[in-house]
Amino acid sequence: MSGGTPAPATTTEQTADQPRANAILKEIVNGNVLITVLAVLLALLIGGVLIALTNEDVQTAAGYFFSRPQDTLLAVWNAVSGAYVALFQGSIYNFRRDDFLTAIRPLTDTLTYAAPLIVAGLGVGLAFRVGMFNIGGRGQMLIAAAAAGWVGFSFHLPWGIHLIVAVIAGIVGGALWAGIVGLLKARTGAHEVILTIMLNYVAFYLVAYMLRTPGLLQAPDQVNPKSPPMLETAIFPPLLGPAYKLHVGFIIVILATVFVWWLLNRSSLGFRFRAVGENPNAARVAGMDVKNIYVYAMLVSGGLLGLAGVMQVLGTVPTGFSSGIDAGIGFDAITVALLGRSKPWGIFAAGVLFGAFKAGGYAMQASQGVPVDVVTIVQSLIVLFIAAPPLVRAIFFLPDGSRRRRRTTPIVTKEVEAK
Amino acid sequence: MQLELRGITKRFGALTANDHIDLVVAPGEIHCLLGENGAGKSTLMNVLYGLYQADEGEILLDGAVQHFDGPGDAMRSGIGMVHQHFMLIPVFTVAENVMLGHEQTSFGGRLDLDAARKRVREISDRFGFSVDPDAIVGDLPVGVQQRVEIIKALSRDARVLVFDEPTAVLTPQETDELMAIMRQLRDEGTSIVFITHKLREVREVADRITVIRLGKVVGEAAPTASNSDLAALMVGRAVELVVQKQQARPGPASLVVENLDVIDPNGLKVVNDVSFTVHEGEILAIAGVQGNGQTELTEAIMGLQPRVNGRVSLGGQVLTGLSVRRVLDAGVGFVPEDRTEDGLVAEMTIAENLMLDRSHSEPFVARGSLRLEHLDGFAEEKKKEFDIRAQSISTPAGRLSGGNQQKVVLAREMSRDLRLLIAAQPTRGIDVGSIEFVHKRMVETRDAGIPVIVVSTELDEVVALADRIAVMYRGSIVGIVPGDTPRDVLGLMMAGERPSEVAA
Ligand SMILES: Nc1ncnc2c1ncn2[C@@H]1O[C@H](COP(=O)(O)OP(=O)(O)OP(=O)(O)O)[C@@H](O)[C@H]1O
Ligand SMILES: [Mg+2]
Repeated sequence: MSGGTPAPATTTEQTADQPRANAILKEIVNGNVLITVLAVLLALLIGGVLIALTNEDVQTAAGYFFSRPQDTLLAVWNAVSGAYVALFQGSIYNFRRDDFLTAIRPLTDTLTYAAPLIVAGLGVGLAFRVGMFNIGGRGQMLIAAAAAGWVGFSFHLPWGIHLIVAVIAGIVGGALWAGIVGLLKARTGAHEVILTIMLNYVAFYLVAYMLRTPGLLQAPDQVNPKSPPMLETAIFPPLLGPAYKLHVGFIIVILATVFVWWLLNRSSLGFRFRAVGENPNAARVAGMDVKNIYVYAMLVSGGLLGLAGVMQVLGTVPTGFSSGIDAGIGFDAITVALLGRSKPWGIFAAGVLFGAFKAGGYAMQASQGVPVDVVTIVQSLIVLFIAAPPLVRAIFFLPDGSRRRRRTTPIVTKEVEAK
Repeated sequence: MQLELRGITKRFGALTANDHIDLVVAPGEIHCLLGENGAGKSTLMNVLYGLYQADEGEILLDGAVQHFDGPGDAMRSGIGMVHQHFMLIPVFTVAENVMLGHEQTSFGGRLDLDAARKRVREISDRFGFSVDPDAIVGDLPVGVQQRVEIIKALSRDARVLVFDEPTAVLTPQETDELMAIMRQLRDEGTSIVFITHKLREVREVADRITVIRLGKVVGEAAPTASNSDLAALMVGRAVELVVQKQQARPGPASLVVENLDVIDPNGLKVVNDVSFTVHEGEILAIAGVQGNGQTELTEAIMGLQPRVNGRVSLGGQVLTGLSVRRVLDAGVGFVPEDRTEDGLVAEMTIAENLMLDRSHSEPFVARGSLRLEHLDGFAEEKKKEFDIRAQSISTPAGRLSGGNQQKVVLAREMSRDLRLLIAAQPTRGIDVGSIEFVHKRMVETRDAGIPVIVVSTELDEVVALADRIAVMYRGSIVGIVPGDTPRDVLGLMMAGERPSEVAA
């Protein structure tokens, strides 16, 4: 017999620490809707405080607060209500307009902004469910945008076909870029967070290089690193007529959401995705090829982020793209996925909310002079509160819903004492 | 310290896990809690330890009502708990783990490790533990890790100690040592609550026995009560403690293992040149102390071990080199020994767990889609057949009591078309009623002409089920003996000796 005492039962070396690392992801996925709603409200409330503090009228009035406090309060009310009314008008319904068709335009803008956010959120959320952090949205979107954009401006194909080919090129580009990560993780055990971050840089400089090189992506008559505009046949046609920005891409977004819902909840591949995400050891013992699942999940995730890149390049800005085409959506998608609890329809709703912030934020800045950064702060606060549910529970005196530990609520204590 | 629980009630939604439970544990008493799986024993202890908040009732220590908001409060009041799943940090040393949570610091905030070391030494000397305070916990055998848990509790002056199924993972020898420690603690005046499913242990150490069924106290029993009386009180009906089985009628050899080696990640041979055959219609038990290569042997057959030499074939089909998926498809059923880690996905529902290893093909999947109606029907049926106690088939498996989790795994593996069943510790943590059931099913599987391998560290189980017994020691098979081999011979073999009357 070759060596000392036999080792205690250890099973899967590589995946052993995975479940523990997933604890945060699980908390996020399993949190409840109430917390989410309260987190949004709380964030808006704090946003209101910030708006008031940074408002000039409020500052002036506060200068003589003790002689006429009502002035300050009035100024606060004006600043905050003005800002949030502007936010509403800019994102949902502008009741200052006479006819309904113009008044509803902000809502269609919201949905236009939401489109890439939703699909990107779906991509990140799907990876979450399989136990992976896909931070590489930016790279995947850029590669997808480059692929779809290249097809979009350089191919001459019939109407319809051209668009479909461009969309598919983008999805495939994003999928392959993320697939590299899945493959490296599966083959070498490298961590996907590091890989995706590094590939973001690679993608960024690669696309930037191609945009600077005539004959690759750069427009022929340009000195700036920018591509030619998309050909008419490759652009998403408007959904509600030329008066609105909302384009056919939004239909694809709805289909993508249905698809991801079906994939996760109703398909056998999704079943394996969830099993691997929640307990890779048990998945392996049950005969699932955990490594392959990681690769598949990254392919699908990257494809969805690729679709987000496609939305940008063929929908939001079809006039030619630069290396900033991802507009930070790859990162916002993480927030959207968290807010949506990694559930497809949750992500859809979260994406619409963030789309509304985006659309309304500009209106708020334009009409009220409230810096658009307030919106970013509100968005960040939402995530902060969601990531720290005990904080929200404490603020709203909610009982602790987690099943391991229950704090004494005052009622129970009384009951015990009364006995 | 006298512990008294008065009218403790704990509800989880519609389910009442503890229903007005009264319990008194006197100082210097070992009080056994007996009860079926899901009876509510762990829940009651978690209430006592401050992990759960009771909906009704109160906890009294020496007559004073206590309020525990968390384990910290309970610990400060002198309650210690040794969980079945240890709460230790594997990369820390023994002293660091013992200190954890109430670190003493010396001048300038430096951790006072020396004090912790001293404390560990003191306590281990007192009980003859021989635990090195500087050993890394992850490197220690399970039995020693458990002692670290005990030291941890004692270092906080626990006067009430709760042991929740501490022996499920111990070797018989470690179990004996643990019981000696419990007696010693009792004699020093500690009140001890001891939860176990092994009736032999109960009768050996218990001063008093309280039986819980469906969340209620159903009675007390004297430590002198017979096994079958205790079992009947627990389950509420007569239990056959000995499996009724006919003489095996073995068919042709089916599973053939030849010269199997398994090499672990450190390059050690943990299974060394093992060869055996299992015939159709026969149960081969693999006995041995935990950690002598049994786990790796079964994993090697399943295709779960990366570095394997030798050959395994089933009915002529070579299994070595196949993926786990292929091995399962070849008709091998596998009950892994660690159900929470390897057998179940805690967040998935009972129904989903019942199809965990069949997500590739009919009958649960058609054209890439799950067939949920079929799954639900199947799950309802299995829930009834295996008596899985849960609110519904869509309860997450992680919410089930230990024994019921085990039944889910068994139900899954035993309801496929099998050509071989490998069950590692199939009855670990499950109650006597369920053991009776599981053993019956194993014998039925055998009688249906299927070769069965049972890996067990429990001699009782080995003797009850086996037609032949292979004893493993340090990665090798010491010998393969008939099922009726006397226990003392088996005991010797488990220590690596080969008695002269035993042929190789
Ligand atoms: N956090 C929880 N949420 C919902 N139900 C729970 C929870 N914890 C336990 N239960 C249920 O309460 C009942 C009692 O469970 P408990 O773990 O106390 O049983 P037990 O007596 O320790 O059983 P075992 O012998 O199998 O360990 C079971 O039906 C279980 O499913
Ligand atoms: Mg229990």
